[in-house]
Amino acid sequence: MKELMLGNAAVARGLYEAGCQVVSSYPGTPSTEITEECAKYDEIYCEWAPNEKVAVEVAFGASLAGKRSFAAMKHVGLNVAADPVFTMSYTGVTGGFVIGVADDAGMHSSQNEQDSRHYAKAAKLPMLEPSDSMESLQFAKLAMDLSEKYDTPVLLKMCTRVSHSQSVVETAERMAPEIKPYEKNLAKYVMLPGNAKKRHPLVEERIQKLTDFAEKTEINRVEMGDTALGIITSSTSYQYAKEVFGEKASILKLGMAYPLPVKKIKEFAEKVDRLIVIEELDPFIEEHCRMLGLEVEGKSLFPMLGEFSQNMVAERLGASVDMGKSLDEVIPERPPVMCPGCPHRGLFYTLVKNKCHVMGDIGCYTLGAVQPLNSIDCSTCMGGSVSSIHGFNKALGAEGEKKTVAVIGDSTFMHSGMTGLANIAYNQSNSTVIILDNSITGMTGHQQNPTTGYNIKGDPAGRVDLEALCKAMGINRVQVVDPYDLAACDKAVKEELAAEEPSVIISRRPCVLLKYVKPQPALHVNEGKCIGCKSCMKIGCPAISFRDGKAVIDHTTCVGCSVCEQLCPVNAFER
Amino acid sequence: MTTNVMIVGVGGQGTLLASKTLGKLLLSEGYDVKVSEVHGMSQRGGSVVTYVRFGEKVYSPIIDKGEADYIVSFEKLEAARWLEYLKPEGQLISNLQQTDPMPVITGAMAYPENLIEKMEALDVKVDAIDALALAEEAGSSKAVNLVLMGRLSTYFDIAEEAWLKAIEACVPSKFLDLNKRAFALGRNR
Repeated sequence: MKELMLGNAAVARGLYEAGCQVVSSYPGTPSTEITEECAKYDEIYCEWAPNEKVAVEVAFGASLAGKRSFAAMKHVGLNVAADPVFTMSYTGVTGGFVIGVADDAGMHSSQNEQDSRHYAKAAKLPMLEPSDSMESLQFAKLAMDLSEKYDTPVLLKMCTRVSHSQSVVETAERMAPEIKPYEKNLAKYVMLPGNAKKRHPLVEERIQKLTDFAEKTEINRVEMGDTALGIITSSTSYQYAKEVFGEKASILKLGMAYPLPVKKIKEFAEKVDRLIVIEELDPFIEEHCRMLGLEVEGKSLFPMLGEFSQNMVAERLGASVDMGKSLDEVIPERPPVMCPGCPHRGLFYTLVKNKCHVMGDIGCYTLGAVQPLNSIDCSTCMGGSVSSIHGFNKALGAEGEKKTVAVIGDSTFMHSGMTGLANIAYNQSNSTVIILDNSITGMTGHQQNPTTGYNIKGDPAGRVDLEALCKAMGINRVQVVDPYDLAACDKAVKEELAAEEPSVIISRRPCVLLKYVKPQPALHVNEGKCIGCKSCMKIGCPAISFRDGKAVIDHTTCVGCSVCEQLCPVNAFER
Repeated sequence: MTTNVMIVGVGGQGTLLASKTLGKLLLSEGYDVKVSEVHGMSQRGGSVVTYVRFGEKVYSPIIDKGEADYIVSFEKLEAARWLEYLKPEGQLISNLQQTDPMPVITGAMAYPENLIEKMEALDVKVDAIDALALAEEAGSSKAVNLVLMGRLSTYFDIAEEAWLKAIEACVPSKFLDLNKRAFALGRNR
């Protein structure tokens, strides 16, 4: 049956058809929907793990037990999972084991735009790279086969435009892979130095065998057209090249990012007059071509940064592009903002009011860094806030401790905030950590996590008690506040900054977008009372604007959270 | 020939449902279709864009500057922002709704005035519609997306029944009547 399918959903379909039985992932844009879609198939056991390292270790365990397994993550998630992945390259697999990694060139929703292909080379793992949904489905299945045939984890590399584009797929039935009974195999799976030394040569041999596969496989295909221009490309860059050139250029389309073929590339190069490589981010294919001694153009024409497009490919190769009309007008930017009624807003207002230094983390609350709150001082990676505040305070002493807080979400705290808190408790800095508990993993679109009490299917599950956890880790001062109550937030922040020991504030209120959170009636402004002082504008709520000297509330987006009301000196807000 | 439709708006306005419906419809009409969406951070009240492309064979999932045959904008300022993506002879359908972006809310910038008139002065074909009023008439401010789909449908040579079938396939049944009313109000305005 032909249907329109998101690239991520097509990966899930491919895993289903390949007989995959266990999926464990941590959400991360643009990879999240792979796992959400897997969870819709009853035949696949599916879960959200606390982080990507745990996820690949779970999937590895399932592979060890003989079942086909999978873990998905975004590019930076693979950094977290890298430790086990590099050694799983040595152990190999029993059941097929595939790791999906989704890059985000252009940083639509990420803190960097690293190129994951380097991981394939560094960990000596094969990597497949689909360019649309049909290939996403097919490559997911092929990855499972390759994993078992070559005894290796296989990386399936997605990117934003493949993950989040829908295109036509044809689906097939689920196959039942042969289940291998579990057998203890110390030499293969216990990576003591003596065993690992025997595994490493096998890894090098495997790469040679996979290079032979890369020479023959149809997923590295030549589409001969005009031979004046030869293009080597992959992923979405292939689509842009086809859009611009059609049959007017010859194309070597690489479906396998690593290892790259040698003979196939050399033969293609001989047939064309001018050889160029079109690839987003780093010159991965280009450097391989140079190593083969080929004369090739790549990053001399195309940027290392951001996403490509058909116009960009055309322009860089000297073709003309028709442009549209544009207004001679300064169009204000529309950056993402915290939603109306977001529980994080009241807490951030409190931190601004108290002139705090704020060590930030990764989640919706990173938006506390944007206008008008400008509250956050740094944000690098998952869990970084809790570790960095300790270093900041050790460096500055009381000067830091009396003014500085770390903010981290409930899901991010479970991901990698706990180890930082253990360090604070152990090495004793008077640090104040604020857990912004909105009872969900927010930015990636509402995934359950170990603190919510529900699993990926929405069924009741085990629940980690944050207060008990922090106390058990050695934090004596743990208090909970409602971020809609500005006075309570102010009191809690002042108390814990003054305390001469480590402390945790849990700012608790569910995300306002959760289905079970019923919005309150929208507020409106009594024009007669409003004095136009703009006190309510300080919180940066997108539902409040200023028209003709008065505050105005957008009744379609206001959820009646009342944070603005608490700032009004003349009680102009009415229900 | 590939036809390009851009759906632009403010994160949270329901642009994804509109593109999902359109994609389903075009596939059922026998076209090759690609729909490219934005998920994640930009959805939080930021400027969002969805590309829908259809024809005999579609390669690129995105639409570039000067390529759109239609832009459906859920908000005036977003219509102006994405205008240069419209072909010179393309059709703009814009909601008249104004949602202030944060630089306007903080007072750092002004919301540009008379945007529709200024675009018309450039000889852009503009079909301006108060989709919010029609959505509220249909029963919910959240149905702006279906009002605009209704308006878009008048530019396509595709039977109304096929549109309704695509809507039925994409909308939860308890909201179906509301969305059909909104579609009809946009289509028959």
